[in-house]
Amino acid sequence: MESLEELGKKIAAALPGAVLGQSIAFGELTLAIEPAQIVRALTYLRDDPECGFTLLVDITGVDWPQREKRFDVVYHLLSLAGNRRVRLKLEIDENISVPSAVGVFPAANWFERETFDMYGITFADHPDLRRLLTDYGFSGYPLRKDFPLTGYVELRYDEEQKRVVYQPVELVQEFRDFDFMSPWEGARYVLPGDEKASKEKG
Amino acid sequence: MEEALDDRRMTLNWGPQHPAAHGVLRLVMELDGEIVTRIDPHIGLLHRGTEKLIEHKTYLQALPYFDRLDYVAPMNQEHAFSLAIERLLGIEVPKRAQYIRVLFCEIGRLLNHLLQITTQALDVGALTPPLWGFEEREKLMIFYERVSGARLHANYFRTGGVHQDMPAGLAEDIYAFCESFPKVVDDIDELLTENRIFKQRNVDIGAFSRKDAEAWGFTGVMLRSTGLAWDLRRAQPYECYSELDFKIPVGKNGDCYDRYLMRMEEMRQSTWLMKQCIEKMPSGPVLSDDRKVVPPKRGEMKRSMEALIHHFKLFTEGYHVPAGEVYAAVEAPKGEFGVYLVSDGSNKPYRCKIRAPSYPHLQAMEFLCKGHMLADVSAVLGSIDVVFGEIDR
Repeated sequence: MESLEELGKKIAAALPGAVLGQSIAFGELTLAIEPAQIVRALTYLRDDPECGFTLLVDITGVDWPQREKRFDVVYHLLSLAGNRRVRLKLEIDENISVPSAVGVFPAANWFERETFDMYGITFADHPDLRRLLTDYGFSGYPLRKDFPLTGYVELRYDEEQKRVVYQPVELVQEFRDFDFMSPWEGARYVLPGDEKASKEKG
Repeated sequence: MEEALDDRRMTLNWGPQHPAAHGVLRLVMELDGEIVTRIDPHIGLLHRGTEKLIEHKTYLQALPYFDRLDYVAPMNQEHAFSLAIERLLGIEVPKRAQYIRVLFCEIGRLLNHLLQITTQALDVGALTPPLWGFEEREKLMIFYERVSGARLHANYFRTGGVHQDMPAGLAEDIYAFCESFPKVVDDIDELLTENRIFKQRNVDIGAFSRKDAEAWGFTGVMLRSTGLAWDLRRAQPYECYSELDFKIPVGKNGDCYDRYLMRMEEMRQSTWLMKQCIEKMPSGPVLSDDRKVVPPKRGEMKRSMEALIHHFKLFTEGYHVPAGEVYAAVEAPKGEFGVYLVSDGSNKPYRCKIRAPSYPHLQAMEFLCKGHMLADVSAVLGSIDVVFGEIDR
């Protein structure tokens, strides 16, 4: 069987304008796809007999708030005949919608609903883009990096109204996010006092 | 005529506290008389934001969340997460740890199938099988407890191996269990396999073709019930599965009854795998000796300053995982359980998407149940084997 590299090249050649780049890391092939072309790419990967990626494993999002195009939408496909996987990645802006894959893979339905629910990424032509995992009437997109871990509202049973009511979240103790990062490796801030060092130089 | 037809139509709200819902599932069903015409599953009633929580924990602290996904087979989930981290870090797991992992993953498979088969029988009206099955589950959970200290939420796997070696005598006891367990499977087999009511309720119910199974993203028993021998343990072997001998049962008709028969056979195969694990298990360490990831032994810490520093750093800051993304999947009892892990090089996962097998299975409820009777809904739901811990996450 052809190697992942050859497979990537073959797919890129078959889908001009759709494949923006490819990389192989940890033995996995990742293709960067032009968002508007995703349905074309998925259809090709499913129907081409040599690819045969007939099983959609997962669709999800990743939030990169510092980036200009904020979200990654990640598709994982599996080929049962070829026994290999491929990952497709799109980069999109906050207010751009991705063409829905439901027409190609019915399994995409809930995965896209969940991605919408968690990140607010909309999928054009999705038959039923409602929230899925969060509560009825929930607002906000919980997996975005700017959504606080503790959320904004909490539920309690109100004895007077005899029903469950929402109220703003009230914590006796704030969520404690200890910073254990070693200042010698990985920490991305300037230690107090360290700014003087660069000042004196300049 | 039109009006008479309309009289038969109704919308039924099923759950979220229905005993056959296997947790908290709300189904909004549209019925034509007793025929199901539309199903809209409402999930998320058990949503705890596991993925968000994991983003705020170090890799070590994130592991226990995986026990709480599919709480019927906890260690299989831990396995997928550990494999993902290990692949990013590029560390080797010692042979003995691999065998212990496989041994306990197969125990997890037994735990899951015992629950699934017997509660499926319960869903279609048989009360005895759960009583028999749960007795065996209790024995298996005691094995969990002996090795990790907890019956359910084991938190036993670690990056680079398992937390501790098995206590003395446990291997012998598990082996003795494996000797006696097939008898219990035979008993359940006698209770159910040729039972007239069980067959009436399951044969030809919820059947689908292989093409449909692929389109809907089915994996595990659901996919194999259509005749395709696709098992990640065989197709993309992880740990020491390539050294072990087992058969993959496949179905023929893709209906609930086939899936029942396959799970029965899988239990026999798992028992056989467990026996092989114990026989072949080498002695040696159960954790990698990479001190930047794996904490040192207590005894070492008493003498070595460096070990003490490692211990302190590993339990406060945690270890750093090199930036990158990886998708690791294991054959969990319910199907392909995958973890898509994105690391930014810090000590916490940047993104950890959990791909639960029963999630795509449940979304196909409408496809599976359309045209079936209302009573078949619980049979289909039982046979697709859902656990809401992993669906709602």
